[in-house]
Amino acid sequence: MEPLEIIEKITEAFPGEVLDSTLHRGQGAVIVRRDRIVDICRRLRDGKTRMNHMMCLCGVDNKARDMTGLERFEVVYHLYSMSERHMIRLRAQVPEEDAVIDSITPLWSGADWPERECYDLLGISFRGHPDLRRILLPADWQGHPLRKEYPLRGDSEWQGMVRLKEKAMQLRRFDFYPELLADSKKK
Amino acid sequence: MGEVNAKGRHGDDLVEVGESVRVIPGANTFLAPLNRLVNWGRQGSIWPVTFGLACCAIEMMDTGASTHDLDRFGIIFRASPRQADCMIVAGTIAKKMAPVVRRVYDQMPEPRYVIAMGSCACSGGIFDSYAVVQGADEFLPVDVYVPGCPPRPEALMQGLLKLQEKISKEQYRWSRWR
Amino acid sequence: MNTHSSAKTPDCTTLEIPVSSGQEEEYYSLRMGPQHPATHGVLRVDLELDGETIHRCTPRVGYLHRGFEKIAEHRTYAQGMVLTDRLDYIAAMANNVGYCVAVEKLLGIEPTLRAMYIRTIVCEMSRCAGHLLWLATHALDIGAMTVFLYCFREREQLLDMFEELCGARLTFSYPRIGGVRQDVTHHFMEALETFTDEFEGWIEEYETLIDTNRIWLKRTMGIGTISADRAVELGLTGASLRGSGVDYDVRKHRPYDVYDRMDFEVPIGETGDTYARYRCRMEELRQSVRILRQCLDQLPPGPIICRDAPDLVMDMSVPQRCRAAATGGSALIKLVEDRGVYMEGDVYVSTEVPKGELGFYFISDGSGRPYRMHIRSPSFIHIGALPELATGAMVADLIAIIGTLDVVLGECDR
Repeated sequence: MEPLEIIEKITEAFPGEVLDSTLHRGQGAVIVRRDRIVDICRRLRDGKTRMNHMMCLCGVDNKARDMTGLERFEVVYHLYSMSERHMIRLRAQVPEEDAVIDSITPLWSGADWPERECYDLLGISFRGHPDLRRILLPADWQGHPLRKEYPLRGDSEWQGMVRLKEKAMQLRRFDFYPELLADSKKK
Repeated sequence: MGEVNAKGRHGDDLVEVGESVRVIPGANTFLAPLNRLVNWGRQGSIWPVTFGLACCAIEMMDTGASTHDLDRFGIIFRASPRQADCMIVAGTIAKKMAPVVRRVYDQMPEPRYVIAMGSCACSGGIFDSYAVVQGADEFLPVDVYVPGCPPRPEALMQGLLKLQEKISKEQYRWSRWR
Repeated sequence: MNTHSSAKTPDCTTLEIPVSSGQEEEYYSLRMGPQHPATHGVLRVDLELDGETIHRCTPRVGYLHRGFEKIAEHRTYAQGMVLTDRLDYIAAMANNVGYCVAVEKLLGIEPTLRAMYIRTIVCEMSRCAGHLLWLATHALDIGAMTVFLYCFREREQLLDMFEELCGARLTFSYPRIGGVRQDVTHHFMEALETFTDEFEGWIEEYETLIDTNRIWLKRTMGIGTISADRAVELGLTGASLRGSGVDYDVRKHRPYDVYDRMDFEVPIGETGDTYARYRCRMEELRQSVRILRQCLDQLPPGPIICRDAPDLVMDMSVPQRCRAAATGGSALIKLVEDRGVYMEGDVYVSTEVPKGELGFYFISDGSGRPYRMHIRSPSFIHIGALPELATGAMVADLIAIIGTLDVVLGECDR
């Protein structure tokens, strides 16, 4: 099925949800509202499009680009059909004040960890997720690094690192060469 | 030389050779060869704990495998830090992993050495980001730095041989009185 | 009633320790910590055991999180290539090729034919190297040490060839956006031909060591079984999916480079257990050799990088404008005024790496740096599937399951 046909099918079935659609380099994308994302995905999986493979799930922070028609955050789903060999991209818009969206783990268990990563790095919560907590960063990390206002080198030192350096300084007197531990106040 | 100003445990006269450094006269005849013996034993049997973190771990495995062999230097990898005397930090240290690295280091008995293998362990490497510790020496005393991304097996072997040289020059690391 | 007490661990993730109320069963909590000889990197698995049987298994990752996606937003596309080497560092060339294919689609440029053949060659060589290391560590974890030494012997041959080609043994950055960095030498082609002639003999040697060995069969048959539907739901790809009988290989479904001209088969398993996945990967080694032979026969002459390549490498035979984007303060690279090079838009391209399906999702905002780069890594998804495969198995089987899923933590944590 061609990308435009799939986009038409989605627009027919969910007229109020589709905000826009694009076709770039032969890949079709649909910008949708976040309310009925589970229904849209279920329709794409079980209907004629037969998209059984959830290829990719990620979050995007739209703050630093042209945001006409878009919200602050997006959750992007890439679905693929192994039998029909076609794919579609769904971009669900998530506003900043209420950064919550339904989880699609009831449809694909493999979406569990990508959604946790989205929560960890961007701060988007997923309603109905079995176990939503940080996955790549330590549990008491402050901030969400992939947001555009978070600097590359981090804004404040993680508490665990501060405690570790203090401990290393205290244990320095037991080292045979105490001068080997570099001065931790660099940069 | 200095004057006699104290008596040793068995009534020998101690001699002050420098500021607050006192030696039993004539003891060096026995202690220097003992140093050499102990150092020879230690440098010929460095047992690292398997601590591969990232890509450098693969090169470490390569160095230990068939073509470049580490067993001929007496280097046997041990899984437990309690039985090891060297820690080769091979790979990027993420901030989440740093307390674990320190914990493994603390579990090693003396004498213990640390080799920072790879650019990431030496100084953070290409990852200058929020999640990476910029060098193992921020919280560990490092003895030998082996740069490279990843360092060739020959480079790691040179690092280990440098560590052997360093060990051979140590003095009184076996003794409580230093 | 307090059913769980928690202990703080050094990296501040709580370990839940179930407290017995007298009537419930008490499970033994064991943590396979991030430092472990058999976890293929820094993977931590919290286990709740009932004797030797696993009641619950919680993998925890993030101990190698380096912030790739954030770093890539601050680098040009050419500089971002260096990061991709460190993803699946066992078969780094395959990641590089995947990145190049994705960026070329984003820019709408087509590499030269010779470059596509060379990229296919190095991708398949990486596949061989990756599967050899997989076999070595999988067998070592299960207990067969000889296989480790044999596989590393062959891997050294491959690494020597890579070193002759581009100077590096493990992290190459040899493909470029629009082609490759430098041409193959005659000696490299001869060495590769000798390798393809001998390699099938070596594969048979590995198989004689373990294929019909009673202990190997007992440790791999019926372990970690997963059905085809469940595997697709969990998002498994690569040989982990094909072992369950699903025919999905990105090289056949969405061919890139010259895979559409190659004649090769994709091995599909039946039973979905560890042994089926092992057989799939051994067959893939043979098919890789087949592809390498065809590429060597069909390699056409020509340039190795296309004219519109936006990269630091310039074809010295033809005068060209420098087309790289600025890196802020560097005197060597001039700012590109030609906005046609980087259009706004987004693409998702995935390729078949030895571990599974590696995907890159790029959003470009018209400047020379990606606005967003997301890496869809197969290892991340596979470790997420570990609880389902490991519950009910024994601790020793957990090691076999981690090995058969073929995970690399560098790719998982990015």
